[in-house]
Amino acid sequence: MRLKGFNFFNPSSMTSDAVEAAKKAGASRRDFLRSAGILMVGFSVAAKAPRLMAQSSPIAPAGTVDATQVDSWIAVGADESITCYTGKVELGQGMRTVQYQLIAEELSVPMSRINLIMGVTGICPDQGTTSGSQSTITEFSPGGLRQALDTARDALMQLASEELDTPVSGLSVTNGVVWVTADPTQSISYGNLVYGRRFNLTLNANTVPKDPATWTVLGTSVPRVDIPAKATGSFTYVQNVRVPGMLHGKVVRPQTIGAHVVSIDSSSLNGMPGNPQVVQVNDFVGVVADSEWHAINAVGALNVTWSTGATLPAQSSLFSYIQSQPSADSYTVNSGDVPTQLAAAAKTFKAQYLHPYQMHGSIGSSCAVADVRGGTGKNASIKIWSSTQGPYPQRDSVSTLLGIPNSNVQVFFTDGSGCYGLNGADNVCYDAALMSQAVGAPVRVQYTRRDEMAGYGENYGPPYIVNLQAGVDKNGTIITWDYEGWSVTLGNRPSATAPNNIPTGVLAGYGPAPGATPTTTPTAPGATFSNGSNVVCNYVTGLGGNGTTGGTGTVASQRALSHTITSPFFTGPLRSPARLQNTFANESFMDEMAAALKVDPIQFRLKHLSDPRLIAVLNGVAQAANWDTRPSPKPGNASTGVVTGRGVSCVLYEGNNGYCAMVAEVSVDQGTGIITVTNMYASQDSGPISNPNGMRNQMEGGAMQGMSRALYEQVSWNNRAGIVTSEDWVSYPVYQFGYFLPQMTTVLINNPEQPSKGSGECTITLVGSAIANAVFDATGVRMRQIPFTPATFMAAKGAGQTSSLATPVHDRV
Amino acid sequence: MAAATYSLTVNGTAQTVEIDDPSTPLLYVLQENLQLKGPKFGCGLGQCGCCTVLLDGEPIRSCITAISDSAGHSITTIEGLGTVDNPHPIQQAFITEQAMHCGYCLSGPMLYGYSFIQQNPNATQAEILNALSGLLCRCHSHIRMINALVRYAQETA
Repeated sequence: MRLKGFNFFNPSSMTSDAVEAAKKAGASRRDFLRSAGILMVGFSVAAKAPRLMAQSSPIAPAGTVDATQVDSWIAVGADESITCYTGKVELGQGMRTVQYQLIAEELSVPMSRINLIMGVTGICPDQGTTSGSQSTITEFSPGGLRQALDTARDALMQLASEELDTPVSGLSVTNGVVWVTADPTQSISYGNLVYGRRFNLTLNANTVPKDPATWTVLGTSVPRVDIPAKATGSFTYVQNVRVPGMLHGKVVRPQTIGAHVVSIDSSSLNGMPGNPQVVQVNDFVGVVADSEWHAINAVGALNVTWSTGATLPAQSSLFSYIQSQPSADSYTVNSGDVPTQLAAAAKTFKAQYLHPYQMHGSIGSSCAVADVRGGTGKNASIKIWSSTQGPYPQRDSVSTLLGIPNSNVQVFFTDGSGCYGLNGADNVCYDAALMSQAVGAPVRVQYTRRDEMAGYGENYGPPYIVNLQAGVDKNGTIITWDYEGWSVTLGNRPSATAPNNIPTGVLAGYGPAPGATPTTTPTAPGATFSNGSNVVCNYVTGLGGNGTTGGTGTVASQRALSHTITSPFFTGPLRSPARLQNTFANESFMDEMAAALKVDPIQFRLKHLSDPRLIAVLNGVAQAANWDTRPSPKPGNASTGVVTGRGVSCVLYEGNNGYCAMVAEVSVDQGTGIITVTNMYASQDSGPISNPNGMRNQMEGGAMQGMSRALYEQVSWNNRAGIVTSEDWVSYPVYQFGYFLPQMTTVLINNPEQPSKGSGECTITLVGSAIANAVFDATGVRMRQIPFTPATFMAAKGAGQTSSLATPVHDRV
Repeated sequence: MAAATYSLTVNGTAQTVEIDDPSTPLLYVLQENLQLKGPKFGCGLGQCGCCTVLLDGEPIRSCITAISDSAGHSITTIEGLGTVDNPHPIQQAFITEQAMHCGYCLSGPMLYGYSFIQQNPNATQAEILNALSGLLCRCHSHIRMINALVRYAQETA
C-alpha cells in the first residue's frame, strides 16, 4: 500500500551498519517483549532512519507485558495493518467492537485494517479481569488503550511533520494517511512512517484524546465485528477449540456437597472403549478418554465411594440460618443519629426483603482446553484455551495449582458462552489442567449441565436479607434511613494465592474456600463515601467518615450496616452482585413509603434526590413511559381477575458507574398468580456513548435477564440428601422463548463531557424492584421475596400482604 | 465394540463416519468427526436448543439424537445456510438486527425460526414466538432474535 509521489527507501543502497540498525529498529515485537525496551532506537531520533522490516507476528514470550509502553498495545505494520493488544475481552457484551472503534477513532484508521488480540498472556497487557462494568472505563482512562493510542498518534504526527516538513498543526489524517492540509498531494501513510519499527515510547499522561464531540466512529452504532461469523457458525468458541492429540476429560464430583473420596474402583472401567483413564488429585476425580462420548460413558460406569458430606442448612430456613451465624460486620455510612431521628419521626416504616441464591447458568456449559507438557516443576509448561474473564489471574492461579512457574503458563482467551460473572470458566480450566498434567496430553473438558449447575461448577450469586427502616416528618419528607443487610460468602475469583476460591481448587487440596471472618465490632465507614455495592439508597447524602458527602440524595441521617457469614455453597460475582439485591430492597421500600404517604412514586423520589443526572434519567423514563402521575395502587383495579399496573426504580450503579431508571408495566392474573411483564422502559446515562446500538443491546439483555431472575430463578437444594437439586433447566427454570415477550424501550442520554461509565449492569439492577412496584400498583400486593412465582404471589395475596408493612409501623401524627 | 459405518448427508455433502457406539449423539459426530462449529453443546438433555440441526428440514436436538437414528438422513447446520461472505437471508436478518450477545444459543432460534417460516411464509410475531417455545437464550436477547425472525419472515413472504 504505497502512495504515489513518495520516495521509498531502497535497501540495496544501505551500508552494513545501516542494515544492522534497521534490523534492530524493525525487530519483531517479540524481541521487544523479550528485551523490555533496551535495544531499540527511539522513535524521534529514528525519524529519518531507513525502513526495512515488516511487522512480524508476536510470539509469546515469558512474563508480563509492560503496560506503560506503547509497543505493548500497538504495532503498526509496514502493510498498513494496525495490530492492538488488550486485556479486556469479549463476553458477548461488545467489548471487541468498542475497542475496534476506539482504535479507529483515535488513530483515524479504517476498522478493516485493525487486528485486535484479546487476553493472551505474555502478549497482551495485564488488565486484570473483564468485569464490573469497568472495561470501557479502563480503556478510556489513563493507563488504558486510549492513552496508548493517543501517544502513538502524537508520535506518528510528529514523525509525519518531520517527513513532510510541515508543522503538526498543518497536517490532517485520513484512513491512516497523514497529509499536508494545504497541499493534499503531500502525504505519507502510517505504514511508511513506521515501517515495522516500534515506538519505544512510554504512555504519555498529557496526551489529549479526541473530543467526543468530534467522534465519527465512536458514538455511532458500528455493527459488532464478531456477529457475522457467529451468525454463520464459523466462529471458534472455546467449546470449538481442538488441538492435535487432544483427549476429552469429564469430571466426577462428590456425591454430596462436601463429601471426600474414600476409594475409587478403576477396574470398573476395564474393557470400556476409548481407553478411559482415571485422574485423582485428593478429592478431584476425572476421567480422560479418546472422545467426549467415551468419557461420558466411563464416568457413568466409574465406581467411586464418597464419605458423608457436609451439613447443609434447610432451604426453608436459610434466612434464619444466615441471621444466626457469626458475621463480619461493616458500616458503609453511619451518621450516628438514626435511633434518635427514628424516635422523633412523625411516621416510621419498616420492611424486610429477601433474595435467594441464583446462578450464572451459562447456556453453553463451561469448557477449557489445557495442554500441560513436562508434568510439574520449572521445566514443565502449559497452554490453556479459556473464556476466562481474567487471563492473567488464571495464569497465576493455574501456576499455583500445577506447580509450574507462571512464566511457563500461557492463557489464550477464546470467546465462550456469555458468563455474567464468575461462571465455570476458571473452574473448568483447573479441571482440564489437572487432567492434562496427569495424562501428559492436551485435554478438553466441557461440563455436563449438572456439572455446571449443581454446586461444583460455578460460584453462585449470594442470597440477601435486607431490613430497612425509615422515618418521615409530618410533611412526608424522609428524615432518616436505616439499612441492615445479611449476605454470605464462600470463595471468589481465583488468584495465585487462592486457587481454593473456586470448587476444583478445593477438591484438589488447596484447603477450604475462604468464608467470612467474624468481627467483634463493625468496621467504620471509609473516609470518603463509597457505594460500590449499592448498600446505601439513592436518597441519602452519602456520608463519608471524614464528613464529606458523595451520595445522590438529600437525607442526612443514615446508617447502613452489613453482615456477611460463611456460605454453605461457593459464591462469587453474578451480574450486578449485591447491587441488584440491595437495590431491590431500597427501591421497593421507597415505593412502599410513597404508597403509604399517598404520593406518586416518581414525585416521591424526585423530592429526595439531589443529583441532576439521576433526576434526568428518572424524568427521561417517565416521559418515555408516558407515566401517569398518581399514587399506587392504581385506583379502580378489581381484587380478582387480570389487572395491570406500573412501577418505577432508579439507581446510580455502584455509586459512580452509570445512572439508570426503569419503568415496568405488568399484568397480574390474580386467579393464578402469574405475573406478566408487558413493557419495560429504561433510561440510562453512562457518559459519552461509545456505541448506541451496543448500549441498547446491553440494556435490553440486562432488563430481560433481570426479569428472569425476578420471576423464575432460585437455586434449590435438599439438605437431607446433601445435594443441590437445581441441576438443569427444568430444576432451575429461567425465562424462555414462548413466554410473553415484553416490549422494551430504551432511552439513551449522551453526556460527552462526562467520563465514560459502564452500561452492562444498570438495567438488571432495577428490574426486581420495578416489577414488585408494578405488581403492587396493579394489585395492592407487596412482593418482598424474589422470585415472584405464582405461588408466592398467591401466598402474599392470601396473607393480606397488602398493607401490613406498607402502612406505618409507628405513627405520631 | 465394533465400529459401524453410518452414511448421512451434512450440509449437502455425503459423509460416512465410523462410530463404535450407535447411541453416540449426532452432536458429537458433527463436532468431532466432521469438525462443525455451528451446533453446540448446551445441556445434553434437549432442554435448551444450542445443538439444534435440521434433519430432513425439521429442527431436532442433536444432543439427544443418536447417530443410528440420523443415518440415511439429510442434516443441515447453520453453516449449511450461508457464510460470512454470503450469509443466508435469515443470517443476514440476525446480523442486521444485531440479534445476539454471545451468540452461543443461536442454532436453536435460527433453525426453529427458519423451519417454521419456510412452512408458514406469512408467520406473525406471535406465531414465530410460539414456534420457538422452550428454546433458551441466557443472555436474554429474545427481543432482537424475534425481531430478526420477523424481519426474515417479512422479507421472504
